[in-house]
Amino acid sequence: MGRWSRFNVASIAIGFAFLYLPIVLLVVYSFNESRLVTVWTGFSTKWYGTLLTNQALLDAAWVTLRVGVLSASAATVLGTLAALSLSRYSEFRGRTLFSGMIYAPLVMPEVITGLSMLLLFVAVGLDRGFWTVTLAHTTFTMCFVAVVVQSRLQSFDRSIEEAAMDLGATPVATFFQVTLPVILPAVLSGWVLAFTLSLDDLVIASFASGPGATTLPMRIYSQVRLGVTPEINAICTILIGIVACGVLIAALVTRRRELQRQRDERAAFAEGMSRAINPPPAAAGG
Amino acid sequence: MQRAISAVTRRLVILIPYGWLLFFFLIPFLIVLRISMSTSAVAMPPYTPVFDWSEGWARIRSALSELSFDNYVWLAGDPLYLNAYLSSLWIALVSTALTLLIAYPMAYGMAKAPTTLRPTLVMLVILPFWTSFLIRVYAWIGILKPEGLFNQFLLSMGVIREPLIILNTNWAIYIGIVYCYLPFMVLPLYSALEKMDHSLTEAALDLGCTPIQAFWRVTFPLSLPGVIAGCLLVFIPAVGEFVIPDLLGGSETLMIGRTLWNEFNGNRDWPVSSAVAVVLLLLLVVPIMLFQTAQARAERAEREGR
Repeated sequence: MGRWSRFNVASIAIGFAFLYLPIVLLVVYSFNESRLVTVWTGFSTKWYGTLLTNQALLDAAWVTLRVGVLSASAATVLGTLAALSLSRYSEFRGRTLFSGMIYAPLVMPEVITGLSMLLLFVAVGLDRGFWTVTLAHTTFTMCFVAVVVQSRLQSFDRSIEEAAMDLGATPVATFFQVTLPVILPAVLSGWVLAFTLSLDDLVIASFASGPGATTLPMRIYSQVRLGVTPEINAICTILIGIVACGVLIAALVTRRRELQRQRDERAAFAEGMSRAINPPPAAAGG
Repeated sequence: MQRAISAVTRRLVILIPYGWLLFFFLIPFLIVLRISMSTSAVAMPPYTPVFDWSEGWARIRSALSELSFDNYVWLAGDPLYLNAYLSSLWIALVSTALTLLIAYPMAYGMAKAPTTLRPTLVMLVILPFWTSFLIRVYAWIGILKPEGLFNQFLLSMGVIREPLIILNTNWAIYIGIVYCYLPFMVLPLYSALEKMDHSLTEAALDLGCTPIQAFWRVTFPLSLPGVIAGCLLVFIPAVGEFVIPDLLGGSETLMIGRTLWNEFNGNRDWPVSSAVAVVLLLLLVVPIMLFQTAQARAERAEREGR
């Protein structure tokens, strides 16, 4: 393995500066006193205060939050089922079409997905609004969940599942008692991914939404088109803060869970070994 | 008995997500296809109706005979659309190449980083992806404006005398796409480079290759699956990108995602926007198929590798 050269360090540093500088500047200028976003005049939190009185914005945030929670939860269930079908049943009719429908939405331009969703809702006569946005988000985020969960299922020791089935567990019981606990971190991170994607989406929501269901990105977009203002910087900073906290908590939880699991496995192994070496008298007598 | 339950479970596990995707993903495309062949009408919805199932087979047959390719003829005849398609493909191509140029050294450096540092570096690449796309595009407006931070910086350094006009040009779009899609390129490259057996490079060096030759003859060819996956992950969505050209591009920048949006929301011409979407999809069919084969191959390799 070669050494980590100065060139390697420099290219990483430049890359990260490029990735983070714009976000840092955005956050810094949300605390700027001046209305002119690019001229620094002093520290102030007044733009955060004005947000709280912006009822339209608060309504949009509430819509977005509800859509996000509902669609992420539905997408997690559907995506996990899809991941199970793909990794556990290697042969079934139409598998190629199925895996195609899982992977295609990952790269499909959003304008196409959005337009096709809208035309479906019109064709079946569903009024556009809160529920249509939720359905559309469920559909495109479930594919991301499926991919995340599937990669965890791929590296899963299937012999424990087989053991549970041999011992008489039904497939459903096997799933809830054996498979789900192991893949839970992936399922949870799938949920978080689906939630952030839903929070973030502008294009699909704009197509699928109707009057009365304006999401936060739609509201931000209509303001951004009018120019850069410190209020938008403030909203964006709050959103970045929420996401950063979420990611941090998720990382800590998975890490803790992983450590706990390793500890448990070691303890079980140690106990098994000590029993094998000195069997307890009851077992030996029986 | 258990076998019967098992069969029922299996069927349900497959059918629920399958049915959902058929109804909410595949059928909508068929509707888009159908509407792209109908004529525009002043009504709500603004097109002549789709099939009316209640009248049975005869009605479907007559509906089929009503299909028209007028919208496609119209698209082909109007240079606006042709230019929009071509310039979308071109902008996506240039941006993908630029992204690869920036991402490769980064992924290479990450793969050579000390093992303890790597998870943190990967985390740092993924983190911006969690922040809103719209916010990240918006952040660049304040930077690239004529009186924005980038120009202020260059002016104060004395590099330039007059502010550069970057916002509302194609350069702003390139920067936006490279910035937003960089993680999609870095991650597959990193996972290809990290898996690589470094003794191969050492062997090439021992056998007299210069480091640069060793890179082009050994490292780069071995990282090709990552390069292909990354380029497709950037190229395909970039072709249909809407937010970036709309916020960073100029009024004369034509990109097809934006054209479709305007056709739909501005002109309210649903049949033409459907035809625009169908042609865009046709353009992307080959790259999407390539992406799916690459995914399926990776999936299979992972399954057989264990």
